[in-house]
This record gives sequence, C-alpha cells and structure tokens, in this order.
Amino acid sequence: MISFDQLTPPVLQVSQLIRFLRELIESEQVLQDIWIAGEISNYTRAASGHLYFTLKDQTSSLKCVIWKGSALRLRMNLRDGMAVEAHGAVSVYEARGECQLVVDALRLAGEGVLFQEFLRRKALLESEGLFDSSRKRSIPEISARIGVVTSPTGAALQDILNTLERRYPLAELILSPATVQGDQAPNQIIAALKIQNQKIHPDVIILARGGGSLEDLWAFNDEEVVRAVAFSPIPIVTGIGHETDFTLCDFAADLRAPTPTAAAEQVSPNIADYLDRLCKMVESLSVAVNQSLTLIEDTISASTDRLMRVSPRGQIENNARRLDELSSRWLIAIRHAYEIQLAHLTNLDGRLAALDPQTVLRRGYAVIRTEDGLTLRSIKQVNLDQQIQVQISDGEFCAKVNTHPAKHGRD
Amino acid sequence: MPKNDTPQIDTLTYEQAFSELEKVVSTLEEGGATLNESVGLFQRGQALAKHCSDLIEKARLKVTILEQSDEAPGEFKG
Repeated sequence: MISFDQLTPPVLQVSQLIRFLRELIESEQVLQDIWIAGEISNYTRAASGHLYFTLKDQTSSLKCVIWKGSALRLRMNLRDGMAVEAHGAVSVYEARGECQLVVDALRLAGEGVLFQEFLRRKALLESEGLFDSSRKRSIPEISARIGVVTSPTGAALQDILNTLERRYPLAELILSPATVQGDQAPNQIIAALKIQNQKIHPDVIILARGGGSLEDLWAFNDEEVVRAVAFSPIPIVTGIGHETDFTLCDFAADLRAPTPTAAAEQVSPNIADYLDRLCKMVESLSVAVNQSLTLIEDTISASTDRLMRVSPRGQIENNARRLDELSSRWLIAIRHAYEIQLAHLTNLDGRLAALDPQTVLRRGYAVIRTEDGLTLRSIKQVNLDQQIQVQISDGEFCAKVNTHPAKHGRD
Repeated sequence: MPKNDTPQIDTLTYEQAFSELEKVVSTLEEGGATLNESVGLFQRGQALAKHCSDLIEKARLKVTILEQSDEAPGEFKG
C-alpha cells in the first residue's frame, strides 16, 4: 500500500488512487461478505456468460456483476424491476473508478424471512414426529397405477410422463391437477391428495413440482400440506424442485426424490430389466419342464422294471429255465442209461465171442456144408460121392464122400 | 388343472401374468407333476410369457387427467 507524507499533500496518478481505494475496500472484512437489498435495473447478459445489472433503491445505485461460474448456479431468471437481495463482495472496477458488487448468490427479497419461517415450521413438525423415519413406508417395487399431484401445465408433469413412457409404459398414470404455486396451492394440493387416496387408490402417489425459488416452493412448506403428506394412507414420493431444494413435504414423504424425473424413476422399474427378467423366466421354464419330463421318464422306467418283475414273461422265463434244468438232468439220465447199456453190450460182446464159431473152429472143429451152402447137421443129409464144402479155422476145401454114410449107434 | 382356475390370459395385466409365470416355473421345478400336468403347465407358461412380451411390445403409458377439484379439502388423519 502507498504511504503518504503527512506534511506535503500528495500528487497521485488516477490509477494509483483507484488501486488504493480498491485495496482499502477489499481489505474490509464486512464488505467482503455482505447482503445488499435493491431492485434490479439495466440487466444484461454478456456473450461471455457474465451477468451485469444495477441494484438501486430510491436514492442510490450500485453496479453489480455475476461472473459466469456463479451465473450457472443461479436458480432464477433475472429481470428488471425484480426486488432481490444480492450476496457478494464489494470491489472497485478500476477502468471506470466505479464501486461494484461481485455477486455470488441472489435471492428474492424476503427470502431471508421465509427461510426463518421454514426453520421454525420444520422444528415444530419435527417435534410432532411427522418426519420420523419409522413412519416411512417402502415404495412398491412395481406400481401399476401411479397417482400424480402436480400442475397439469408444468414441466414436472412432462418430465414424469416422459420418464414413465420410457421406463415403464405398462403403468397407468392418473393426474389430479393442482396449482403448485400461490395462495390457492395448499388447498388444491390437499384436495388432490384426498381424491387420490379416497377415489383413485393408486399404488403410489407422486407429489411434484419443477424448480423455483424458496417462495415458489412455499406451498410445499405449508403446515396442512405437510400433514396431508405425512398422513396419506397411500405412500408418497416427492420430486420437488432441484437437487438442492428441500421442502417440508420432502421430509414428511415416504421417499424424497431430488427431481420430478427422479421421482418417476423411483416408482417405476426399467422395462429393459423386465425384458431381461422375462427372458430368464422363459429359460427357467424350459429347464423346469425338462427336469419334470426327466423325472417322469425315471418313474416310467422304474415302473417298467417292476412290471417286468411281475409279468408272465418272467414266469415264462422261469419255466424255460426250469425246462433247461430239467433237460440237462434228463440228458444226464439218458447218458447214464446209455452208459449202462454200453456196459451191458460189452458184457454181451464177451459172451458172444464165446459163441463165435471161429473160436470153435480154432479148437479143431469143422463146419461142413452142401454145395448149396446148407450146413450138415445129420448123417441123413449125406450121400455117397456127394461133394461137400469143409470149413476149418483158417480156410476151406472141397471133399467127396467115399464111404457109405452110417449112423452112430446111439440113435 | 381345472379350467375355472385359469383365467383368460388376454385379460391379465403384465404383473399378474408374470407372477403366474413365476408360479408355473416353481411348480415345475418342485417336480411331482404328471406328464399331462407338466405339458399343460409348460403350455400355460409359454402362453403367459408370450402375453408378457406382447404387453411390453404394445405398451403405451395410459394417462388420465381428472377434473381440477375446487372441493374444500377435508382433514387427513392416519
């Protein structure tokens, strides 16, 4: 900072003075974190995205700027004549030597008061237990009928319709329209909730409104509206304002979604998941029916086995086996008999051999036959000069009877 | 399965059809069904699955907008 000689009045360049003033102002803590109330005029939005306007009251005016970064966070559209409270730091625009306020937040005039009231009501309703987590009911995973309470012309309804159409077109949406801003809003919201609960009986109710200032959303901080939400027999999902907005209805609802779109998402399954589940279920169906058929097949083959055991076929097979057994026993018997016979035969053979004439011949006997081959057994068959055949053991010869046959005396 | 136990599939909502399909599958999975029953269950399951997929295919969000009520709201007590 420039230092001054106390005795000689200083001569400064303009820029030196302005720099001096700027540093003086910016070093004052109070001026760096301050709310200024006034009315907006000369509002312009530069191509760069920065916002410029003048705040004025009946006697004075103050140049204001909102840099682009802060402008993006601003939740309301500015216009000339708007009564606001601007928060920021006082500085000096050196090129013009003008005092200016660099604004980082803006609210409608009176919001500060509203916010105090909001906190008062919140504490009151909280002490009554309306916000207790034990009161919260779970939201049905699938809601075929979805009740909606919002303005029929608002962006919130559009967002909800789009979301449900995209995610869960199987649903039925029933809107009971209600003004969501202004003096009529609380009564209309309460009436609409009552109709949903008493006449429509949806699975779930969405209470929604698009973004706005604290004042815009004030109906959702109305004590009676909050009570209607808390005591609704049907579960309520709120989607009020933007992510950063909290209303007392949000605290009283069974589920608070940050936006109307998010509220619609909370009550609807994604149809893509549905298709997925359906495909898996069809797969399970095939597997299950195959298993069932296999079981039946097993039963059948078990029954067949049992049937086989009791069937006449078994009997027949048994008989056949017995027959086989018997046959083989019979064969054995036959063979035995045959062997006995064989032994007999061998025995007979021996006895036959004893009777063999050859054996007798070998003992020196002969067999004598006539020329006709007739065996001579009696002398009466023999005549003188008769040709006879004589057979001995190892050959035969012819002979002639040259004596008179004579009979032995024994006869 | 007796006939009066099996409502016309066309009249079922997706949720009803899908939950019946789940039941059909678990009945089959439990086993113990006769051949006739198994075949019947399988056919019923296939018809349910087709109905579900038809519903998804044709689904258009049904929207009803009620008249705005000017009726004075009553009190809610839980």
